[in-house]
Amino acid sequence: MAEVGRGSRVARVVLSRLGGAAFVLWMVATLTFFAVRLIPGDPAEAILGGPGSQTSPEALAAVRAEYGLDQPVFVQYLAQLGRLVTGDLGRSYALNQDVAPLLAGQLGGTLLLAVLALSLAWLLALGLATWSTRGGRVAWYVGSGLEIVAAALPHFWLATALIVLFSVWLGWLPPISSAGAAGLVLPVLTLAVPLAGFLGQIMRESLLTALESPFVLSARARGESERGVRWVHVIRHASLPAISLSGWAFGSLLSGAVVVETIFARPGLGRTLLNAVTVRDVPVVVGAVLIVAVGYILMTLLTDLAQRIVDPRLRAR
Amino acid sequence: MSGAASRTAAVRVRNLVVGFGAPGTDPVLNGVSFEVAPGECLALVGESGSGKSVTARSLLGLAGENSWVRTDELSLAGTDVRNLTAAQWRHRRGSDVGLVLQDALVSLDPLRPVGREIGDSLRLHTRLGAAARHARVLEVLDRVGLPDSDNAVRKRSGELSGGQRQRALIAAAIALDPPLLIADEPTTALDVTVQAQILDLLASLKRAGTGILLISHDLAVVGRIADRIAVLHDGRIVEQGPANEVLTRPGHPVTRQMLAAIPVDKPRGLRLSPRTAAPVSLAPPASDRAAAPGPVLETTVLEATGLVKRFTRPDGTPHLAVDGVSFRLKRGTTLGIVGESGSGKTTTARLALALTRPDAGEVRVLGQAFSAATEKERRRLRPHLGAVYQDALSSFDPRLSVEQVLRDAVAGGARRTGRGGASVADRARVLSLLDAVGLAQGLLGRRPLSLSGGQRQRVSIARALASDPQILICDEPVSSLDVTVQAQVLDLLDELQRDRGLSLLFISHDLGVIQHVSDQVAVMLEGRIVETGAAAQVFAAPQHPYTQALLGAVPRIGY
Repeated sequence: MAEVGRGSRVARVVLSRLGGAAFVLWMVATLTFFAVRLIPGDPAEAILGGPGSQTSPEALAAVRAEYGLDQPVFVQYLAQLGRLVTGDLGRSYALNQDVAPLLAGQLGGTLLLAVLALSLAWLLALGLATWSTRGGRVAWYVGSGLEIVAAALPHFWLATALIVLFSVWLGWLPPISSAGAAGLVLPVLTLAVPLAGFLGQIMRESLLTALESPFVLSARARGESERGVRWVHVIRHASLPAISLSGWAFGSLLSGAVVVETIFARPGLGRTLLNAVTVRDVPVVVGAVLIVAVGYILMTLLTDLAQRIVDPRLRAR
Repeated sequence: MSGAASRTAAVRVRNLVVGFGAPGTDPVLNGVSFEVAPGECLALVGESGSGKSVTARSLLGLAGENSWVRTDELSLAGTDVRNLTAAQWRHRRGSDVGLVLQDALVSLDPLRPVGREIGDSLRLHTRLGAAARHARVLEVLDRVGLPDSDNAVRKRSGELSGGQRQRALIAAAIALDPPLLIADEPTTALDVTVQAQILDLLASLKRAGTGILLISHDLAVVGRIADRIAVLHDGRIVEQGPANEVLTRPGHPVTRQMLAAIPVDKPRGLRLSPRTAAPVSLAPPASDRAAAPGPVLETTVLEATGLVKRFTRPDGTPHLAVDGVSFRLKRGTTLGIVGESGSGKTTTARLALALTRPDAGEVRVLGQAFSAATEKERRRLRPHLGAVYQDALSSFDPRLSVEQVLRDAVAGGARRTGRGGASVADRARVLSLLDAVGLAQGLLGRRPLSLSGGQRQRVSIARALASDPQILICDEPVSSLDVTVQAQVLDLLDELQRDRGLSLLFISHDLGVIQHVSDQVAVMLEGRIVETGAAAQVFAAPQHPYTQALLGAVPRIGY
């Protein structure tokens, strides 16, 4: 009886989550569709090479008919929604390619970048927070100072500084993101360091709260070592707030990828998005925004799941 | 204990001095000496701040950061532990001495199953495999009276009841059968019946040969199991001796004061604390009040009829928190509502204050509709009701000073707090309120966080009195206070009631407190009032089995 109740509750949670995700995607698609209509200029001109190019009225009319631009806006909107539901993101104006495979090809590199940066940020933050709560007063101030500075670093500045240091002066790493592991180091560092500063600040707070709780005193009174106290008890409590922020952090990494991929001339979703915006390649922009939204939603679900794994108290709700 | 000297003491400490900060300066413990023999219980009793917990932690080598410890002797199970390395200390903790703290909800890791927590002691000190450890954990749980009938091992502290999790915490401390168990306020967070069970458990461990150092602020609680009592005051032991002697022939004024503070069996109106400056009455003459006409003692000021409140639990099942509760509070008297956690006391208080809407039933204030009225109509009646809660600290805005808190209350929410602009009359009123609750004017600029527990509760009483109410609703007003501070607050409420003709709805889990303060008593169990009547009658001849059980569990000085 209780098991049935639990099962149906889980099903309800999952269904409401899926419904929420579908609603968010619909909103994103709607907003981008109408926002794109607000851009001044004729989309048909953009398709034929931009506002500057000389195009004949006949060519424009042909393009309008081909892309359905002569239909009423509402019909166009419904048609686009219909296409999106079937997974068809349309055709790029500028590249004359289908958007879905185009973006799919760029997605992997950006995801790799974001996942590596998030993992590195976690490691750095955890290390810094742990060290600064163990090493006495000086470590405390050094740790919190480093975190604040790191959290305040803008990506474009950090990227430039890293290139100057590691590529120009030391010559250890390529300034342009080549294929292979070496080319990933600087872009990942650029994204990870500011995030690590941010996560570290949060982790240190919760680490201290956990270290001062009675269950830590109980564990010490049982004969638990300092390392045991941290790994068995404190780290779970300390990581909870940082986990819940990681969903947001992942979204910010995707937007950070726009800057980083451009600076390091690295192929990826971010750079594709930037290029598409510059040439008003509407279908590519809409597609990229949708993919980022899906990524955001998935990451939020993942962090929720991770929280439930770390904190069993959440599973009862 | 006659046999104590011949056997190895579980702990022996001589001239223990502990301080924080620069070594040798401002010791918080100043020359504490005692020993606990196997099978003996020494109670270390003192008010908060007397150094009880520092003593407990120093015995474990966990006095804390920035602490310094000096002692002529400190031995656990016969071993000198004064110069142990960190690793040697870890080896001692858990096997030579176990520690039980106050609140098992947070003293066991709330994210881990209790079985893992208990098994940790075995993992750290033995070479047992996982299966053998599990078997031992079940054994220990059985010993503390928590048989694994409903998979207690796999539950987290938050999934167990208060008594169950305290048993689990004790199990974790005794898993390796240490000769010494230090219990630091092990029953303070518990209901009286559960407290009695836990004390019985400690007594049975004692009989089995464990030496127990029981730390508490309440002499009545330790009286149940202590063989000897040491009274700690300002970092020194002011009195130490056999329990019955200390309890019946206290030699030191501090001990006498602590004994006088115990409210159980003390008649209503008898002072529990030494008299301080008499409070100045600031109540306006009774004729000025918006009182309903009628004979003074027979007027009902607060009336509840058939209150029902349902809640939905997080898992979706309905829960009847309050189930048909009716009561009448007569002018100038105290109605005590007693019940254990989860009995619906606090919901009843919230219903009486119309902070929660009842699903059925009605609350009337001064003969007028209250719960059934609109909030706009209620606002006219609200000044007649004052409220005092258990956790005074969280009921204040931590950024406001005492003066700002009281000025807000005096203004009756009519305008927002400003640094200037308050009238001279308001200022005078704030000062008289402060005086009425026995606080010095010097506290006006302080923030709640820097006040002691007793001072905070006085401020919250002053705030409740600001609108010059006729009814005061007190929800566990003394539950988080030491016995001696509790005595002062109870005396203050009694004085205020007599000076101002206040009517009190006094809610508590502590039957001793209820017995001392109440004219009428209502006993709550699972949302219902199971017994009600004049206090003298209910306590002399309890009719309901639950009331009888509650009364039997109240700690008393039984010598």
